[in-house]
Amino acid sequence: MDRRDFLKFSGTTAATAALASCGVQNGNEDGEVDYMGHHEGPIPTDKMTYRINPKQGDKVSILGYGWMRLPNKKDDDGKDIIDQEQVNRLCKFALDHGVNYFDTSPAYCRGMSEESLGIALEASGYKRSDYFIATKLSNFSPSQYSLEEGIAMFERSLEYLRTDYIDYLLLHSIGGGGMGPVHQRYLDNGLLQWLMEQREAGRIRNLGFSFHGDVAVYDWAMAHHDEYHWDFVQIQANYVDWENEDKGRSGKYLYEELVKRNIPVVIMEPLLGGRLSKVPDHVVAHFKQRKPEDSVASWAFRYIGSKPAVLTVLSGMTYMEHLEDNLRTYSPLEPLTEEEQNWLEEETATLIKSYPTIDCNDCKYCMPCPYGLDIPGIFVHYNKCVNKGNVPESQQAKNYQKARRAFLIGYDRSVPRLRQANHCIQCRECIPHCPQQIDIPRELQRVDNFVEKLKQGTL
Amino acid sequence: MLKKIRLTLAILFWVLITWLLVDFTGTAHAYLGWMAKIQFVPALLALNVGALLFVVTLTLLMGRIYCSVICPLGVMQDAIAWLRRKKNKYSYSPAKSTLRYTILVLVCATLALNVAWIGGLIFPYSTYGRIVSTCVAPLYKLANNGLAAIAEHYNSYAFYEVDVWLKSITALIVALLTWAIIAVLAWRGGRTWCNTICPVGTLLGLISKKSLHGPVFDLEKCNSCGLCAKNCKSACINVKEHDIDISRCVMCGNCMEKCRQDAMHFGNRSGVVLPSSSGKGSEEGTGRRAVLTSLALLAGTALAKAQNKVEPKTTDGGLADIIKKEKPKRKKLITPPGSLSIRNLRTHCTACQLCIDACPNDVLRPSNSLDRFMQPEISYERGYCRPECNRCSQVCPTSAIQPVTIEERTAIQVGHAVWTRDLCVPVKDGKPCGLCANKCPAQAIQMVPLQAGVHQDGWHWRDADNQEIPREKVLLIPVINEEKCIGCGACENLCPSNPLSAIYVEGHEVHREI
Repeated sequence: MDRRDFLKFSGTTAATAALASCGVQNGNEDGEVDYMGHHEGPIPTDKMTYRINPKQGDKVSILGYGWMRLPNKKDDDGKDIIDQEQVNRLCKFALDHGVNYFDTSPAYCRGMSEESLGIALEASGYKRSDYFIATKLSNFSPSQYSLEEGIAMFERSLEYLRTDYIDYLLLHSIGGGGMGPVHQRYLDNGLLQWLMEQREAGRIRNLGFSFHGDVAVYDWAMAHHDEYHWDFVQIQANYVDWENEDKGRSGKYLYEELVKRNIPVVIMEPLLGGRLSKVPDHVVAHFKQRKPEDSVASWAFRYIGSKPAVLTVLSGMTYMEHLEDNLRTYSPLEPLTEEEQNWLEEETATLIKSYPTIDCNDCKYCMPCPYGLDIPGIFVHYNKCVNKGNVPESQQAKNYQKARRAFLIGYDRSVPRLRQANHCIQCRECIPHCPQQIDIPRELQRVDNFVEKLKQGTL
Repeated sequence: MLKKIRLTLAILFWVLITWLLVDFTGTAHAYLGWMAKIQFVPALLALNVGALLFVVTLTLLMGRIYCSVICPLGVMQDAIAWLRRKKNKYSYSPAKSTLRYTILVLVCATLALNVAWIGGLIFPYSTYGRIVSTCVAPLYKLANNGLAAIAEHYNSYAFYEVDVWLKSITALIVALLTWAIIAVLAWRGGRTWCNTICPVGTLLGLISKKSLHGPVFDLEKCNSCGLCAKNCKSACINVKEHDIDISRCVMCGNCMEKCRQDAMHFGNRSGVVLPSSSGKGSEEGTGRRAVLTSLALLAGTALAKAQNKVEPKTTDGGLADIIKKEKPKRKKLITPPGSLSIRNLRTHCTACQLCIDACPNDVLRPSNSLDRFMQPEISYERGYCRPECNRCSQVCPTSAIQPVTIEERTAIQVGHAVWTRDLCVPVKDGKPCGLCANKCPAQAIQMVPLQAGVHQDGWHWRDADNQEIPREKVLLIPVINEEKCIGCGACENLCPSNPLSAIYVEGHEVHREI
């Protein structure tokens, strides 16, 4: 640590301590922040930070549970199914520790997510009024574009979720492919009109949308706020993409548009599917030097949670340890200092962006690939190898032999051979499904070219 | 002492050569490849003069020590016989000379007729190779996979998983049958196989008649107790006559070790007077080789999986089912680069399976066809002949597959790709593809418009009437430049059309260089 870093470090500590003693806490009732060593000891059950949705006064936990990355187990045929027993435990644990916002979709987890959430919530023993359910109209396939199909999807959601109203309903992921799909999915068929009627009737308490992609669609939605009265909007924001030349990816732009209109903000992908926690050792050191006891992930959560207009931050917590870590971070939230914020947005973002990882968040929207590829599996393996330093640039790299072996053997372990990148026929059917706008076939080809060079020894 | 040295060497040879046969990583071959190359039949077929001279000289000096140390099948029989813990279990029997020499002559005849595999059925090294390849190698690989699973658990890359699959049911049956016959013979009578069936044993027996050294009776000390004969696994000691049939003796040293009178020595045989020989080579065939003729051929099984259609995507996640590839009906066999021609492979390969086990891409498997029974052939359902690999050519001890470098290997045309219109994705599903062209290591495949008259004009596509058409309306199909194609099977293996690929390889009778 050089002198500059040291000064920065001690400065931060002092600032944090000062903040803590003032007890500045957003919506936190007792306002007491003596919770510094929050990596030891039990997780508090009564210290969760809450934010208020002004519309009906919903008191929403800053940590929302994304029901997309659920733990799996193998069934008798060796296929992945949801490990419901574990899911129930996670759900109950989250509720016990103050989480009250659950976000699902008819499309998630091979279509099994909503039912799984319905079961878990019922099994938790909590009352329906104790928590908020968010689900979506995920009518992505042209076969689902009609009004009837849209209504049927909504009614099915109620049935799976074992409820007669939805707290937060979203038009799922508008923006991909421009305005065309918005017209086809929601406008021309009258589905949005129908949803607004349901809002009037109280079957939908809040109506909003989630956005990825073409900023023109976002601007259209903002321009029509007076007409549709969005009760909330779900956007992707994190410190790496806070400022981005592409407005559709710039968290700052999307966020500020909502602030202007007093629309509560729901944050998705605060951790980019784990990409902001699974970072190279060098980056881990960068974080840990500042706060040795805090997880790398906690920075991303504190960063986005510190934005005052944020209603809740969704996290798809597969493992109990993820949940515990996030609960610690947000029980209560310790807001970032301005210095910390700048440090994340500038230095840290630049550092993380300097690694040639693929922007895949492992959301599996591209799956199943009709040709059997495991697209996220391939990208996750590649990124893992980038972060571990196992993507050598040439045979002259000093760890070439070791890295080559680790990459190739690890590749066969992570992805069955018949599902690897060399089977991509470039049909491009996956492209519209990717919320991160990755040119999947091109990236697959890039990975495959790298694999070929490793195998043939021509790197 | 002599026996201990012999035993140590034998076990060492046996273990190492078995490892050589099961090793799939290519490590063993770098150090132990010579062990396969000094085996008699491979040396003979490869015209490996050095190895042949070595074996013949060794036999002239010390008798059939080769059969006791170098031959893995011989040592295996000793191991089986050793398992039978019965004392004094053998007795002298006269040589079955007619049978021995008939088989030798017939085998020589098949070699002269350029069919190596028939002899290969009883050649000791290839017989052992098949037993190991079909029965031991899968166990070795399973054990490796266990270690790989453990390594994976500990995030180590020391071991990696390999596919274990039945490469040929016929080869398995043949190997099990020969193993059973040899095991029974070894259990009951020691080296019966080596001294009645094995043509190498017979030939080395002939040479060893001129051997300088061997076991000799000390007639002054011998009390004719017969203990030596009762422990002779070659059944070649006639105590009454004080005669040793040196052509059957494998120099195991049992007789010397067992003799309580110290009346048996390893020594110079020049003083030994041969009694009238009890048998001569006979041209007259016995015509009874039921073992060979009774081998029924079983058709290979193709695993046809039920087809699962991909439903339109409405939810996220999950993996599409993959239909397994089936073997296309090839008109001509594909043989590995370096094998020169089907004919060369047929005449030189003893079907020892070494190359098949060495193939890291699961391309080689034993043939079921009668004229090249159990010799290696190529198919591409599980992988393709990768451009950086020449391992089969490096391991072959017989010159059936001659050594080729990586550079040579990518210039050898073992076959050419053939396109099947109706199976091709752009034709069948109207979707763009081009994977075969993309992955062809020889750049022998180009994509051309399916629709007649469609052509490219700078950045634009135009139809036959020169009207511009959008890019996505143009479907491209692969066309093959047969002159450039090397027949590696990348296109066939990776083709998205399943179970039968829309592009597959036909072999060439004689390989060419491009």
